[in-house]
Amino acid sequence: MRLLQIELYKLWHNTISKVLIFGYFLLILSISILSTIKIDLGPVKFYLAEQGIFNFPYIWHFNTFMIALLKIFFAIIIVAMVGNEYSHKTLKQNLIDGLSKSEFLRSKVYAILLFVLTSTFLVFIVSLILGGIYSDYNEMAIIFKDLEYLVAYSIKLFGFFTFCLFLTILIKKAAFSLGFLFLWQVIEGICYGLMKWKLSDIIPQLSAEQVFVFFPLNAIGNLIKEPFSRLSAFQNIADQIGDGFTKNYDVSLISILIVLVWSFIFIRGSYILLKRRDL
Amino acid sequence: MGFFKNSVLTFNVFKGILARDRKLIIPNVKLLVTNKASNRFNFMQITTPLLELNNLTKKYSSLIAVNSISLKLIKGKVYGLLGPNGSGKSTTLGMVLNVINPTSGDFKWYGGKLTTHQALQKIGAIIERPNFYPYMTAKQNLILICKIKQCSVASIKEQLQLVGLWDRRDSKFNTFSLGMKQRLAIAAALVNKPELLILDEPTNGLDPEGILQIRKLIKKIAGLGTTILLASHLLDEVEKVCTDVIVLKDGVKYYEGPVNEMSQSYGYFEIASESEKTLLTFLEKHPCIGEIQKVNNFLKATLIDIIDTEEFFKESQKAGLNLSHFSKKKPSLEERFLSLTQINKNETPTD
Repeated sequence: MRLLQIELYKLWHNTISKVLIFGYFLLILSISILSTIKIDLGPVKFYLAEQGIFNFPYIWHFNTFMIALLKIFFAIIIVAMVGNEYSHKTLKQNLIDGLSKSEFLRSKVYAILLFVLTSTFLVFIVSLILGGIYSDYNEMAIIFKDLEYLVAYSIKLFGFFTFCLFLTILIKKAAFSLGFLFLWQVIEGICYGLMKWKLSDIIPQLSAEQVFVFFPLNAIGNLIKEPFSRLSAFQNIADQIGDGFTKNYDVSLISILIVLVWSFIFIRGSYILLKRRDL
Repeated sequence: MGFFKNSVLTFNVFKGILARDRKLIIPNVKLLVTNKASNRFNFMQITTPLLELNNLTKKYSSLIAVNSISLKLIKGKVYGLLGPNGSGKSTTLGMVLNVINPTSGDFKWYGGKLTTHQALQKIGAIIERPNFYPYMTAKQNLILICKIKQCSVASIKEQLQLVGLWDRRDSKFNTFSLGMKQRLAIAAALVNKPELLILDEPTNGLDPEGILQIRKLIKKIAGLGTTILLASHLLDEVEKVCTDVIVLKDGVKYYEGPVNEMSQSYGYFEIASESEKTLLTFLEKHPCIGEIQKVNNFLKATLIDIIDTEEFFKESQKAGLNLSHFSKKKPSLEERFLSLTQINKNETPTD
């Protein structure tokens, strides 16, 4: 509790991080504005809320996927709150003042956990309200079906933020670690391409997809699959084309496990870096 | 008991270095007897040192920044850690302050009763430049430090007043001048009423007025009974505020002991006579005279024991000497420091 207090105190007195944190949570709330999108062009009428995206239990899938896209805003806060400790040399000062290295790291991880839980809770509330207004179904059993998307959402965020934490401790500079995050995305893409091209030649039993699920960013992305092709409108089109469209949208236990293992590696790796390095 | 024996022995060795300038170090039994009354008996009374270093070493690839340093810090003293830039002072402090990992050796806080970070919550330390959160005010920064140190915020006002920053308590840290930042760092180090205050070059980069302010502060704090470890390359600074001094050079400990003994030793005679040969034989026979050097027109005779000058003068007359020049001098800390570090450099094998 003391560690969390220390971290929140640091964030609270920094105007920029305060604005970003509130901005992020406001953005989550503002997803409800989406429901008011109405396009009325004579013959073409489009009313987003009536496309079925707010139907229970589909809304859990849709909202967690959409809101998870906002996580990059929050990644900036995570990266800044760690990078600043290096650039202001306050990490050094904190240690001298009697914070242990593990306490320092824990204060950051607790803060991440708190934000992940808050964010998940907000998604839950927003979805519940939107669904309550627009959903065609409101039986209890249907409303609370597919809540595993919320679990996946929180793990997705936690995995992503611990990755940011690790990168910043590794690189020590906020801006560079954000840059490296994007670079990493590209690297994963390139690796995937290379594996698709060559891997089956080297090890015939292994396909590129099988290996690719273990890559951190891909694993984080895999937690919640894109929900668009599940929309009834989309499905109708697919049916008309006659292309039987089946895809598994469930949250798989394996991907949860992969991300949790990565989170553990990132936190442990951050600790080892902190412990080994001289300041 | 073992510890006590050791420390007296160590002292003897250092007295040896002091007394015999360029001669071989031989522990001198007489010294132990003659100095009974002086403050080294504090060593006996205190059981656990605040901080104890055992063969602490830090290597950076080929460079040895700190070479097997052993130390004990006793409560109530003001220590000066003396050495030129790059002598390993900051590295040594960095290691005991948990920011640099030692290559080998270890250190114990409070005799090993507390872990390093627990001990650091009880002490105060400033190293190099003051590091605070620039976007927070002076007061907010101190409150954060209280949270980290788990101490009461009650003394924030007192400490800010002590360093003269109470009026600026609500100004952001990044609006402060270097002198103010340094003073805020002192306030921050004092906010938990520390038993030990570690200061690394606290006057570095300050203007004369700032230096004076900081020195006054240190004296004031020392007067309150706080143990202080002051690292500095400024000799007069150490001489003015410290009771004990530790000399480091190239990562090696060269001297450890009370500051007055280091700066004074027993002094030396500048002496000249018409018949230099008789004088030389007289001096060589005298039990209180160590090394003799010829400097300009007179002989420089280093004393290795307390001496009654009047008695010495009478003795010289009895021996039929007609002294044309006679004066007793004490070397400054600076001279002592230079001679200490130079002798030992010659003695340490070059590799």
